[in-house]
Amino acid sequence: MSEPLDIPPNAEAGALRIALRTAVILLAFTLAFTAFMSAAWQLTAKRIAISAEAEKLGLIGAVLAPSFYGNALLDDAIVLPPQAALGLDEEARLFRARKHGKPVALVFEAVARDGYAGPIRLLLAVSNDGRLLAVRVTRHKETPGLGDYIDPKKDRNKARPWITQFADLDFDRLPAERWRVKKDGGQFDQRAGATISARAVTNATRQALLWVLPRRDKLFALPSGTRFTDQGSPP
Amino acid sequence: MNTWKAIVHNGVWKQNTLLAQLLGLCPLLAVSTTLVNAVSLGLATILVMMLANLAISALRSLIPYEIRIPVFVLVIAALVTVVDLAFNAFLHDLYLVLGIFIPLIVTNCIVLARVEAFAAKNSLAASTLDGLAMGVGFLWVIGLIGGIREIIGQGTLFSGIEMIFPGLSGLQILPADYPGFLIMVLPPGAFFTLGLLIAGRNWLEARAAARARRQAGGATTVTVAT
Repeated sequence: MSEPLDIPPNAEAGALRIALRTAVILLAFTLAFTAFMSAAWQLTAKRIAISAEAEKLGLIGAVLAPSFYGNALLDDAIVLPPQAALGLDEEARLFRARKHGKPVALVFEAVARDGYAGPIRLLLAVSNDGRLLAVRVTRHKETPGLGDYIDPKKDRNKARPWITQFADLDFDRLPAERWRVKKDGGQFDQRAGATISARAVTNATRQALLWVLPRRDKLFALPSGTRFTDQGSPP
Repeated sequence: MNTWKAIVHNGVWKQNTLLAQLLGLCPLLAVSTTLVNAVSLGLATILVMMLANLAISALRSLIPYEIRIPVFVLVIAALVTVVDLAFNAFLHDLYLVLGIFIPLIVTNCIVLARVEAFAAKNSLAASTLDGLAMGVGFLWVIGLIGGIREIIGQGTLFSGIEMIFPGLSGLQILPADYPGFLIMVLPPGAFFTLGLLIAGRNWLEARAAARARRQAGGATTVTVAT
């Protein structure tokens, strides 16, 4: 604790001196702690980047097992400009999985804009023969304990989480017009009291599959790192 | 009661963050939906409170009285940032669970309150112990509220434990077809539960005060428990 506030005889000059002194001390503290934070950042930045990469691969591993492909997936990516059909309002990366040089699957993000509590981000893997291999929810704000069963980590049915209904489906086995929740006349279950979350995810996966199927060859053919443009593709 | 005992008693019960001081309600509302979430935030809070009290107690002779609050805020924000970075880099698995909660700790005004009320005036050891005791007081109440809300709200306990200990899984306490009780999951549930706990604490304190009065042989002063 500092000395008690004393009012000197020459109060005005004293006040100015105190103000200057405290300003300098505050500045010194700010500089010292900014340096402290910068040092911590310098020390941790590399490890954080490694962890983030591993996390991304782990996330991709949830929709596409590493044994399915042989290439460096995170390097074999193209840039997608914002795609309304995928619900993306910003640039995104699309990863191409190949084995022995042959196309295996596309891994990309889509966003369900009509979640109950804001957008639901999805990660999908679509095989080169047009099957939706798997989809996972990567970010959402659905009501805990109610709508969050779309995330298998929060799903109480551990044996057969809700989201696994989509695994290995294509439009031959399930026509697009039946690719809806049961409440909308489709074939996917929804949980009582939380239809909106299930409907948002179901519709977004259908939209994403409809978007990606006619563009498969072009998406695989583009050189890595280039930007995808939708010219000449079917609508 | 000696000083150390008094510090622990204050933190855990008498001046309990949530039950007596009613500080730290923002993280309480946001995070006490399940027991695992609540305890995780409680543990991270203990760490930050101990570090903040330690740092301020060490620097207290350098901090002018007039600008102490900005300096405290600066120190706490820097500490939380560094803890966040360190967890992310060195304890990444734990960070995936606690990560979203660590920045929330800066919204917990109990950290600033203890720094101002205690660490700025007391020795290093006493301040660190105060941070620990206040943190433990926060931990047990938010853990209890998390457990109550989880059982009533979704009928489970320990859900999400597999994020911390892979292989374990949450328990189904109520029947599997329990429909859930939405208002306990949403923030009002935290207020209801906290209100009942405060009432319970006040009742215990009032009873203790009444007994003390009887033992004093009908003393004339009446004390009201707060």
